[in-house]
Amino acid sequence: MQILKGIPVSPGVARATAIVLDSEEMAIPRRQIAGDEVDGELARFDAAVQKSIDELGRLRHTFSETFGEQLGDIFEVHRAILTSGPLKDEIRGLIRAERYSPEYAVATVLRTYSKKFLVMKDEYLAERVQDVYDIERRILRSLIGERREQLRSLDVPHVVVAHNLTPSQTAALDREKVLAFATDVGGRTSHTAIVARAMNIPAVVGLTSATADTSGGDELIIDGNRGLLIINPDERTKEKYHQYAREAEKRETDLTMLRDLPAVTKDGHEIALHGNIEFPQEIAACLDRGATGIGLYRTEFLYLDRDEDPTEEDHYEAYASAIEMLGGRPITIRTCDLGADKFTHVSGETDERNPFLGLRSIRFSLQHVDLFKTQLRAILRASALGPVQILFPLVTNLRELRHAKMVLRDVREDLEDEGISFDRLIKVGIMVEVPSVAILPRQFAKECDFFSIGTNDLVQYTLAVDRLNERVASMFTPAHPAVIRLISDVINAAKTENTEVGVCGEMGADTVFTLLLLGLGVDFISTSSTSVPSVKKMIRSTSMRQARRVAAKVMTLESDREIMSYLADLTRQVIPETFAGPEGQEL
Amino acid sequence: MLSRREITILNRQGMHARPAMQLVETSSRFRSNIRIRKGGQQVNAKSIMEVMTLEAVKGTLLVLEAEGDDAEDALEALAQLVSDKFSED
Repeated sequence: MQILKGIPVSPGVARATAIVLDSEEMAIPRRQIAGDEVDGELARFDAAVQKSIDELGRLRHTFSETFGEQLGDIFEVHRAILTSGPLKDEIRGLIRAERYSPEYAVATVLRTYSKKFLVMKDEYLAERVQDVYDIERRILRSLIGERREQLRSLDVPHVVVAHNLTPSQTAALDREKVLAFATDVGGRTSHTAIVARAMNIPAVVGLTSATADTSGGDELIIDGNRGLLIINPDERTKEKYHQYAREAEKRETDLTMLRDLPAVTKDGHEIALHGNIEFPQEIAACLDRGATGIGLYRTEFLYLDRDEDPTEEDHYEAYASAIEMLGGRPITIRTCDLGADKFTHVSGETDERNPFLGLRSIRFSLQHVDLFKTQLRAILRASALGPVQILFPLVTNLRELRHAKMVLRDVREDLEDEGISFDRLIKVGIMVEVPSVAILPRQFAKECDFFSIGTNDLVQYTLAVDRLNERVASMFTPAHPAVIRLISDVINAAKTENTEVGVCGEMGADTVFTLLLLGLGVDFISTSSTSVPSVKKMIRSTSMRQARRVAAKVMTLESDREIMSYLADLTRQVIPETFAGPEGQEL
Repeated sequence: MLSRREITILNRQGMHARPAMQLVETSSRFRSNIRIRKGGQQVNAKSIMEVMTLEAVKGTLLVLEAEGDDAEDALEALAQLVSDKFSED
């Protein structure tokens, strides 16, 4: 048994056989296969070689036509190396005799050759090492690509271990067949993590050596609550997790019973409890867990992982399908929040020294007005189908808000001229996530219909802490008194101006903060679907009187630690079962 | 029965990728086992990778060894290829 500690990003526990996805960019770990896997793995290797040979044939053809026979011949040499027996036999030999995984066998053999080239004195011949690298990468790419393909046709459930998974790879996982995943890299607020939480798939990231320490076929426990990857667990550990799984199932059933009950306090104060989504497909999970609408639709996923900008129809189709699934419940669509940690082909054009302070979100939209207008047109058109609100991210000054509203007015006029219908009373709000807005919120509240407090960025910008940097991430907390003061000021300003106000960041998902947020006076909380039931339970277990008392008390405390321990104690008293998980238990 | 022949690499760029491929293509037409020696180093003349790792630059003396019923024909064909400078220069 071996235990690796990483960052828990999506709760839940799963135990199953591992599938390991290597990355061709990385050192391929020494991995061995079981005796009964040899034939299958040899076939997989042969298929990968054949695929490489086919690719090289096509490349040769294209290159010869474009650049002449001489250059085309380079690929012909690669092809000849793979077609003729010896190299293949050498690699097959290692798979059969040493039971190396095909990936490791390929890397072992070709790296032996590349070393020989590297020590050559003749520069021209030594340069041929590039050909060896190229051949190695090509076969590995085929092998690894094919392994990823296999994920689509699993017959029994597995857990996946990968160097990295992109958000779209994560979204493509078959939830029935992939019970959990673990990766070498990544952080708590990476988009892969957000997608994992949305899909309700347990996940641990940042394990550093997960792909090196795991072999396909190993039995794994992935503990998304505590951030553990347990390789080949012993009986005692298995029993412990088995018991925990039963308890978790019961807790889940209890929470599901809350689904159709309102998020109302004991003294009758109701708040709107919405879900956050990245893809319309997640709406079903939100509704299933009792969300009363979508408080944050992050539309940037429409822009990611594609070569061209989304068209107005791409936007419209996504929004229309979301509205249809919601059947009359409200949705808040946030305009493109690209930049910083999310890049597309558009925004990734220039390197920024400090992307989180760079051209992102509304700043990006206002510099690319065509893209912005395309999205606004689609949102407005969709607003004819059901209740929609528009949310502008990262607003920093009033000029930006006014500029964005002016663009929106232009688009409205265009639609009117064209006789296209839309909701003329559509509400417009801003994310409150830059301290400049949180410090002077009053005028912003006058000029928009609602505030959505984005606690992730607000905390990051207020405390000057990069939440993705492990070395300072422990300083990242919404419990800092300065952050809480800002949130309180924002809510008060909103109340004075009759502007609706709520929270859509991670803070809203954490039941430790639910009492505080209620007491400070939020009108809505929007959170990932997985957190909806526990937040609702918290709301239903308290009264506004208690919540206000808690908020008043918190405002007198001086440090984030005092605040955290005070709130954690309270939460434990109100809903003890939330804390009954395996936290703190010895393994 | 083992046949042996000495050859010298004549083409300017030595036994790089394309010549290695041609040499292996030629060797592979024969049933014999064919090896190439350079000093203490010995490689399979039917493996492009191995032939390339000989670092046979212009002027290198190589010993071809073939064993099999078509050994002599094989050596003749290979010697011809090398003396033609792989049709390169």
